Amino acid sequence: MIWNDEFETLPREAMESLQFKRLRQTLERVNATVPFYREHFRRAGVTPDQLKSLDDLRRFPFTLKQDMRDNYPYGLFAVPLEQIVRIHASSGTTGKPTVVGYTRRDIDTWSELMARSFVAAGAHMGDVIHNAYGYGLFTGGLGAHYGAERLGASVIPMSGGNTKKQIMIMQDFGSTVLTCTPSYSLFLAESVAEMGLDIREFKLRIGIFGAEPWSEKMRDEIEAKLNLKAIDIYGLSEILGPGVAIECHEAQRGLHIWEDHFLPEIINPETGEVLPDGEKGELVITTITKEGIPLIRYRTRDITRLIAEPCICGRTHKRIERLSGRSDDMLIIRGVNVFPSQIESILINIEGVEPHYQLIVDREENLDSLEVQVEVNERTFSDEIKVLQELSNRIRKEIKDLLGVTCKVRLVEPKTIARSEGKAKRVIDNRPQL
Amino acid sequence: MKVEQISIFIENKSGRLAEVTRVLGEAGVNIRALSLADTSDFGILRLIVDKTDTAKDVLKSKGFTVNKTEVVAVEVPDRPLGLNSILQVLDEARINVEYMYAFVERCGENAVIIFRFDDTEGAIRVLTEKGVKVLVGERVYCM
Repeated sequence: MIWNDEFETLPREAMESLQFKRLRQTLERVNATVPFYREHFRRAGVTPDQLKSLDDLRRFPFTLKQDMRDNYPYGLFAVPLEQIVRIHASSGTTGKPTVVGYTRRDIDTWSELMARSFVAAGAHMGDVIHNAYGYGLFTGGLGAHYGAERLGASVIPMSGGNTKKQIMIMQDFGSTVLTCTPSYSLFLAESVAEMGLDIREFKLRIGIFGAEPWSEKMRDEIEAKLNLKAIDIYGLSEILGPGVAIECHEAQRGLHIWEDHFLPEIINPETGEVLPDGEKGELVITTITKEGIPLIRYRTRDITRLIAEPCICGRTHKRIERLSGRSDDMLIIRGVNVFPSQIESILINIEGVEPHYQLIVDREENLDSLEVQVEVNERTFSDEIKVLQELSNRIRKEIKDLLGVTCKVRLVEPKTIARSEGKAKRVIDNRPQL
Repeated sequence: MKVEQISIFIENKSGRLAEVTRVLGEAGVNIRALSLADTSDFGILRLIVDKTDTAKDVLKSKGFTVNKTEVVAVEVPDRPLGLNSILQVLDEARINVEYMYAFVERCGENAVIIFRFDDTEGAIRVLTEKGVKVLVGERVYCM
């Protein structure tokens, strides 16, 4: 099944001419309405009328997450605030979130693309969609919610947490589609088993999982433990939230990126050079229909490659391969974005704590775990255990309060964390490779 | 009336304790009393040695985190309720024991116990007033 036959199976040539028209309009609009872009283009020596073909896009400068922070909160909005009907935000490294605004038409587009995504995943009207993505500033919950309503399915707005209740409702309400992070789905599966329930008596048929990278092995495990088909979805709040790209249930191989709304490029993250289809690099996205915050060549920092070959499902949209990492040092721990620099600034503000630290990321019983190793020095050391335990409790609490991530703090002897000549190796990620 | 104690931060991994004792031994430092407090991740080794400053210096030069603290050595009658009689005195004076450990050697008929109090001066005053024998550092280091 395909939700929007006309656009999802658009022949390549028609697609490219549509993309060109929309891209040119977007460039002209941001140049006219967003002072940041006018200045950004001027400094790069480009003007929107220099776009003669899609290939000319590479002459335009990149937009970075930092640009959004520098223009916090509304600086990149291309329409007056009166036209913005919803505001979302993602966590930021400096304590300031990245703010995005949607016009009524943006919400409409988003709902449409999420409805497309649900159908690509194999869902249809009549499904009971159990939405366990968080509702709030995070785009996951509301994004999936509006898409489910557009589809005409029955949506249960569960949001995250409260696992026992989730399971009770899933069972009693006969949920057929589950949407949440992949790690939470496994947590749900284990809780179902612990509660002595039999997953085969549930009606779950499809799971749509995103917001964190996961592996094929994890997919096998989820599919076995939850007795459903597990579909990978991609999105990021800067671009749209969930529904930027999704796997089709027919192939379950690569995520179709909705190219009539987003122009994907793959670049070499070191040089910025555009790579041909099929080569691995950093995904860069240009929005070509967004009104609230159109973004030109936004560097996602996600590493993937573009698959241009036709798909068995019939959709003509290119696919991005399952994400295989980041081009910056951002970690995704249980769906939460964490930069080592955030932890560093927390530690620096605690009197007496050494700036030497290391993050050990692991996966225990299918859930990500974070251990923060901090060196003890003469100022922090005490002959009393309670003093040291208070110190590690304080570090743990501040990390939890600021980043929303629960971690374990381990105090280690001085000089045990390897020093390095250049960039310190702050992160040891022991999670299974994707 | 106070005794100098050094405490050393030790990660819970094999060989660290042996490393401390080797470093001290090679520097000709003799351990008089010790206590090891441990958690699942780390331990704190507390020592009374014959040469406190030498011990601190050699351990620091080997990269250990070392602190010097003042503790109190008390002679405790070596009989039932011996320790209790002293703790009773402290309790009445509202002095809290942070931790305590026993000395490796006895002093005549008495045992020696090392105490860390929240109020070191107050503890010494109260104990002396009550006739409890508090040992001076020099005496302890060469017991």
